[in-house]
Amino acid sequence: MAVTIAPAMNAGDASADADRRPGLSLRSGKLLTGTIVFAIFAIVAIVGPFVVHTDPSALTSDTLQAPSGAHWFGTTQTGQDVFAQFIDGTRISMLVGVVAGLIATVLSVIVGLIGGYAGGIVDEVLSVLSNVFLVIPALPLVIVLAGYLPNKGALSVTIVISITGWAWGARIIRAQTLSLRKRDFIEAAKASGEGRFRILFFDIMPHLGTIIAASFLGNVIFAILTQAGIAFLGLSDVSTWSWGTMLYWAQSNNALLLNAWWWFVPPGIAIGIVGSALALMNFGIDELVNPRLRTAGIATRKSARKLQRDINRDAGASALQLDTASLPGDNAGRPGSA
Amino acid sequence: MRYLIRRILFYIVTLWAAVTLNFAIPRAMPGSPVESVLARFKGQISPHAVAAFTKLFGLGSGGIVSQYWAYLSDLLHGNLGISFSYYPSSTLSVILTSLPWTAVLIGVSTVISFVIGTVLGILAGWRRKFWLDMMLPVTTFLGSIPFFWFGLLAAFLLAYRLHAFPLSGAVDSTTLIAFNGTFLASAAYHAILPAGTIVVSSIGGWMLGMRNMMVTTQAEDYVLMAEAKGLSPRRIMMSYAARNAILPSLATFAMSLGFVVSGAILVEIVFSYPGLGYVLFQAVTNDDFPLMQGVFLMITLAVLAANFLADLAYVALDPRTRATN
Repeated sequence: MAVTIAPAMNAGDASADADRRPGLSLRSGKLLTGTIVFAIFAIVAIVGPFVVHTDPSALTSDTLQAPSGAHWFGTTQTGQDVFAQFIDGTRISMLVGVVAGLIATVLSVIVGLIGGYAGGIVDEVLSVLSNVFLVIPALPLVIVLAGYLPNKGALSVTIVISITGWAWGARIIRAQTLSLRKRDFIEAAKASGEGRFRILFFDIMPHLGTIIAASFLGNVIFAILTQAGIAFLGLSDVSTWSWGTMLYWAQSNNALLLNAWWWFVPPGIAIGIVGSALALMNFGIDELVNPRLRTAGIATRKSARKLQRDINRDAGASALQLDTASLPGDNAGRPGSA
Repeated sequence: MRYLIRRILFYIVTLWAAVTLNFAIPRAMPGSPVESVLARFKGQISPHAVAAFTKLFGLGSGGIVSQYWAYLSDLLHGNLGISFSYYPSSTLSVILTSLPWTAVLIGVSTVISFVIGTVLGILAGWRRKFWLDMMLPVTTFLGSIPFFWFGLLAAFLLAYRLHAFPLSGAVDSTTLIAFNGTFLASAAYHAILPAGTIVVSSIGGWMLGMRNMMVTTQAEDYVLMAEAKGLSPRRIMMSYAARNAILPSLATFAMSLGFVVSGAILVEIVFSYPGLGYVLFQAVTNDDFPLMQGVFLMITLAVLAANFLADLAYVALDPRTRATN
């Protein structure tokens, strides 16, 4: 039996590589830094409200105080403590970000895997669906959806964000699935009579580990930014604190004209830091998958080029010109929405 | 040609999807937004608007299919209903008044940021060391903060503190809207801050994409050959590596436009810039559902049009898409 072994280096190999050598991921400074920073915010989100006892909504007579020892981030026009709002808001912002990111990623995996593996008309329909969701600007759609919501709580907002945020990941996962489905081990699995479900989720999906992780991180950034945008517009429940609601109150109370920079600066910086941490983790993962982003390429030039050709060819069959060689960067560099 | 035809078909499908989403969202949402909104107006709404509203939501008689046809035919006739917040103006006229502001603001700033980002990306991909040490942390952070927050900061520092730029609006309140020097100068002056915000916040994304494509093309044999021929590094960079790297970047441009537009909408709100984003905000705060939906459709249409332009540029740059077979 003459089996030609494709020399293509693809994400499947790279992720398998990473699986075998977990030490490699720790050696990436970017991944480590990003993880630590993100973990700090996660801890603040979890334990913060238990440690800081100041009621973020309590009105006091200390109005419009600049940051001081008593009020670390100053106070608002009605004497509310900005630091307490910030700590309290971290919880909703992080929770909505992570949960919406998770749901969106599950959707991307389902759509991407099924489309990439099934091929034919199923793939065509799912591809067009993801591309439609990519092209339609997300925020106006989210605004229209949120505008009609009878209940504007965190859960509704999470669902709305997940529905609009899955398409990018689905495209990336589909492209990788396409390049995996003709590989020998999948053919072998088919020949041994494994069911489709098992092939998809136990044979193919483990090889998409890093890609799925990267699209999860991208989805979390998207979700945090979108939540901030929705809340800033007053489309979420404005009585629950989140970074976006802080900005909403700052804007509607003219914090700008009151010279109260401490009111609107902290939430924005926090969003920037969390976003950067996620992006750093994403870069770290990219570098694992695509070693050429690390330093000048040496050994893998030829094989990487072949991968690019393969994927270009596969993508040519879909409705959209897609260059997967740029995908890792694509994902990390996708501009925020808010 | 086949490429363009396929793209046009895709846009038609997308437009249909957007139009249908617009039809389905009010009907699929739990509860009845119509009644809650009518209740909120407490009889202070004209019978005319009630009729328009009822029609918009398809509260009238007929099954879902006939409602859908009626909705499509209304759309084709440009009938988007009556706006509540700008009553008695029609939704369409409100949208058409604000569209040019958005089109110019977002169009110009996106093109500027794409061009600068691409050039920086070429340089960064070519001189890898510089990129890693200097640019990555800065662009990552800039790319991660919300556009609108950056706008708030810019407004605070440059407009409120330094008085270098106007804080809000699109022209001086005393300037008449006319096609003359005074108006254009005032409009340009007012647009600097919002446009600058959009450029600075979105530049990193283009830059990163271009940089990664440059890294990929540099490993190609034709770059090696160009080096072997002894061409100047500058020529190799621009005519060999960048020329090929820009194609995927352009394809990403089309995809990413939706994200940029989303961010720009919020920037308009920060600066009270009278474009579609600001109108959308007015619509949201006033529960003006017809206007909200109309703006959504118009923004989608504009993004599709911009995508089409990007496709034309792609066809012009990539001879392979012009293959006739």
